[in-house]
Amino acid sequence: MAVRTMAEFVAAGEQPEYLFWVGCAGSYDARAKKVTIAFTKLLQEAGMSFAILGNEESCTGDAARRAGNEFLFQMSALQNIEVLNGYEVQKIVTACPHCFNTLKNEYPALGGDYEVIHHTQLIDQLISEGKIRIGKGMESKKLTIHDSCYLGRVNGEYIAPRSVIDHLQADVEEMAASRSRGLCCGAGGAQMFKEDEPGDQRVNSARIDQILETGASVVAANCPFCITMLMDGLKAKEKQDEVMVLDISELIVQSNDL
Amino acid sequence: MAISQIIFILISLVVFSLAFVQFGFVIRNIRLGRPEKIVGHTGWRWKNVLLVAFGQKKMFKRWIPAIFHFFIYTAFLLTQIELIEILIDGAGGYHRFFADKMGGFYTFLINFIEILSVLAFVATVIFLWRRNVLKVPRFFNAEMKGWPQLDGNLILIGELLLIIGIFSMNGADVLLQQIDPANYPDTGTLAISSWLGPSLFEGLDSNFLHIIERGGWWLHIMVVFGFLTYLPHSKHLHIFFAFPNVYFTRRRSRGEMENMPEIMNEVKSMMGLVEDTGAEMGEDIPQFGAKDVFDLSWKTLLESYTCTECGRCTSVCPANTTGKKLSPRKVMMDIRDRLDEVGKNLKSGKPEFVSQDSTGAKLSAQNYDDGKSLFDYISSEELYACTTCNACVESCPVLINPLEPILAMRRYDILTNSAGPGDWLPMFNSVENSGSVWQMPDERAAWTKELDTD
Repeated sequence: MAVRTMAEFVAAGEQPEYLFWVGCAGSYDARAKKVTIAFTKLLQEAGMSFAILGNEESCTGDAARRAGNEFLFQMSALQNIEVLNGYEVQKIVTACPHCFNTLKNEYPALGGDYEVIHHTQLIDQLISEGKIRIGKGMESKKLTIHDSCYLGRVNGEYIAPRSVIDHLQADVEEMAASRSRGLCCGAGGAQMFKEDEPGDQRVNSARIDQILETGASVVAANCPFCITMLMDGLKAKEKQDEVMVLDISELIVQSNDL
Repeated sequence: MAISQIIFILISLVVFSLAFVQFGFVIRNIRLGRPEKIVGHTGWRWKNVLLVAFGQKKMFKRWIPAIFHFFIYTAFLLTQIELIEILIDGAGGYHRFFADKMGGFYTFLINFIEILSVLAFVATVIFLWRRNVLKVPRFFNAEMKGWPQLDGNLILIGELLLIIGIFSMNGADVLLQQIDPANYPDTGTLAISSWLGPSLFEGLDSNFLHIIERGGWWLHIMVVFGFLTYLPHSKHLHIFFAFPNVYFTRRRSRGEMENMPEIMNEVKSMMGLVEDTGAEMGEDIPQFGAKDVFDLSWKTLLESYTCTECGRCTSVCPANTTGKKLSPRKVMMDIRDRLDEVGKNLKSGKPEFVSQDSTGAKLSAQNYDDGKSLFDYISSEELYACTTCNACVESCPVLINPLEPILAMRRYDILTNSAGPGDWLPMFNSVENSGSVWQMPDERAAWTKELDTD
């Protein structure tokens, strides 16, 4: 099923319920694209009316802003706000906690006011409305949960991912450092785009040690940058065949074999 | 008027004037910060003060130190009542001014203070043990060497002396009440001193008891006075500043970096979104972000004096725990130390601190230049190790936000200094030229073609 853009909706005289903000990682990163596709399948299965901006979308500016480059952030953000306001967008859903945070908390001061939700929140809602089926594919698998900083500690959402995971009937083993005590993957604050400062260990490696302690074979993540960092960390310890890192949307898709 | 009264009043006057000058110095320093409007929502603010400052809600994330800290804290609050009596007695030449006026309630109050003081004594010994024997790692990061370590121990030793003073005074008093009831009004049975006093001092003659009683009294008040003038130089200032610091917490979401309207308006006018106001940025690029304490909000400066160096932030910082140089606690301590330095230099009025283009003018915060800045204290390596994960913000029991100054200094380094990690340049260029953090040949919506083939 094709995904329609905002421009196509407008041309047809329609307005979608949600704008799906794909983000840079979701659009270009090979691994994150799989999450984008999994989430799209869920939206389609649930019969949601949604559009993407397509080539009219550009970086929210989160990394530029946290790197200290306010000019670049303002240019990106104001351009996006022009587009979003032009389409009279009201509700935005995104699979990236960094886009989620910037759209939700930083765009209002620049003139962009939207109702922004993270895809784990929408998936949770659609499951409770009976619009998304849960299969048995993840049943009794040993699973642990990695909270992204920008969904968890920054925006206080620890419940939605866990509520979705509850439906999978997996064998959930939380890490000692979870929820508000969760350890960062090491990507935030634009670290994703630079080498680490000198130290004893990479942050993702420290997180992988905590993950391995649980004995889980699946890590449920909710951020494309966390997924990259955790997968890199597993590869560095040659554990990539023993532990899978999956987004919440992928867990649902795989449970159903969609 | 007795000679002891005169001595007491003189010492009190000296201590209060000293404290007034020193607290004035700290408050003037805080006012050197950039103005930031933090107003309104008083209901929410008082709720925070009740829960977080008085209620110590965030301390209880680590309940073992929280319980012991709670003992010391409640003992401190309650002992203030006794302190009022000590001040009245000292200046007026009375002995236990409130004892016969309050009767049974006085006995209740003193008992309450005694029990809390014992708990606080135990807690203080445990804290000394945690610092010096158990060596809890967060008290041993690089920034804790020297003065901060000594400071922590001095405070704890001071607390022990306060409590020893109280019990010497009360213990001897219990015995003196029996010997000389005319001068030592009945305090009723005291939970600790009615037992501790006789078991330590039984059989001593009344002159000696009197010396112990007075010695305890003077020890207690002198340590209190010592604290009062010591606090403005110590991490222990949190006992006062935690309250205003929590009250003035920013309401901004944790996820929102402070907007920079001057840049926003400039970009808006570049993009033709607003009419050109003519107020364009001139040829000289103005300074953005924080280079020195003057560029940080007064709230951040208040936070730097509020920090009690507990190190919860550093112990959860992903950069620090993986061996990077960044320590959020050190950032706050560095801001305070730099602010102290600037404050002292300003106070000196020396013309050598007047910036070159204002030579001849009187030294002021506006023309201040000592050739140094926060960057002499906090290195780029520290600033660029931060993942903005907010663990430090989450962990602080008194709502200090170490992330705010870190990001403000990044802004200075990138926008004004045009420095920063070279690795970021491809990302900056890519965002600017192709609207994505990576330079990609594909169209942004190319993934949709993979939807059906997947």
